[in-house]
Amino acid sequence: MSSSASRSAPLPRLAPRDWPSHPSYVYPGYRSTVKRGPQQPLVPLKASLGELRQPVYGHSSIGELDHDLTRNARRNGEPLGERMILTGQVLDDRRRPVRNTLVELWQANASGRYVHKVDQHDAPLDPNFLGAGRCLTDSEGRYRFLTIKPGAYPWGNHPNAWRPQHIHLSLFGEHFASRLVTQMYFPGDPLLQHDPMITGTPEKVRNRLISDFSLDVTEEGYALGYVFDIVLRGADETPFENR
Amino acid sequence: MMSALETNFGQTPSQTVGPYFAYGLTATQYGYDFDQPFDAVVALDGARGERIRLEGRVIDGDGNPINDALVEISQPDGSGEYPQSVDDARATGFRAFGRCGTGTDDQNRFVFHTVKPGAESAGEAPHINAIVLMRGMLLHVFTRIYFSDEAAANAKDAVLASVPEARRNTLVATRSEAGGAVTYRFDIHMQGPSETVFFDV
Repeated sequence: MSSSASRSAPLPRLAPRDWPSHPSYVYPGYRSTVKRGPQQPLVPLKASLGELRQPVYGHSSIGELDHDLTRNARRNGEPLGERMILTGQVLDDRRRPVRNTLVELWQANASGRYVHKVDQHDAPLDPNFLGAGRCLTDSEGRYRFLTIKPGAYPWGNHPNAWRPQHIHLSLFGEHFASRLVTQMYFPGDPLLQHDPMITGTPEKVRNRLISDFSLDVTEEGYALGYVFDIVLRGADETPFENR
Repeated sequence: MMSALETNFGQTPSQTVGPYFAYGLTATQYGYDFDQPFDAVVALDGARGERIRLEGRVIDGDGNPINDALVEISQPDGSGEYPQSVDDARATGFRAFGRCGTGTDDQNRFVFHTVKPGAESAGEAPHINAIVLMRGMLLHVFTRIYFSDEAAANAKDAVLASVPEARRNTLVATRSEAGGAVTYRFDIHMQGPSETVFFDV
């Protein structure tokens, strides 16, 4: 298919962003939103799927150990902490799997410390753990990482502020406008109710950020399993060519 | 399916990229021992189009440059074409997508090496699509980067026309030339009297 042909074909529209499912730009409980969140109303822009491509990447963009954070930064041994499996399915609004899409992940180590140079939290770094990984979803939209359960850590947002244990995830989906950066949390974490990133998210949808513990995913004698499924914006209708 | 989605299916809420994305999303740029799938080089030698440098700062409501923002851009090449695959991108030297953090430049600029895009369709002015993410935003923003030397095309562009006239200039990058190199400057103001126009895409 030449790109000139694809341009002249009638293009389906992207499903709209479901605003009630997302936090607002300014939420004073999360202090730094106050000087950074836009204050003017957004200008509507009806994007067609043709204009807003996803970036191109392939299996060559992914290293053999990129999905395994327990191995991808070893120097002199295994990273410390509780091994865990994080897996899930990436779907669009219409419950169709999002195949072959890039999932990038980063997180603190078991002590709640990030490798990042500006993280000054007084907790030890782990010489055998970087905390970054990536993979592509398979033909059913599934992804899978092996990692170490991240620790909670303090931050300066308000007195005695602690981030609940969480893992950052970045996804592209099928279009530039389906881009999602989010965080997954752990079931039963007592810090969730005190976290402004959670309380800044509409109450009705907060549970979509909390993974399930799964004994089925857990590997006996090896690692606990957590399931975190992710829903991205997709096409409003099936593209014409695929009907 | 995860239990929350069984009873409450819908889009996964966005959360902030936070202050510590550097070693995860832009590891090579920030000097960490991990590679990154996208960087600030969008076009290699041989890509179709005029070679340009696209630079700017992301500025907060106090007028201070933000040193932990992440900017991602997507654009066609100088002929208005996107690569259709990784092999295509490799053959043409044009990647169409770039990513740059603002924490490694001494002026906290993002700096992309790319080509000036061609118009994707008749009646549309050439532009680059951009996403801006940072600590302090639970949800990223979308904007567009148009070009100061395209006044005639900009005047006919339907998206620019949909923007209040007084704010249109926030979407136009300023061209300068020095020693044969072309630079476009595009500062992104998150707030204030010159707040950049962000789109509900």
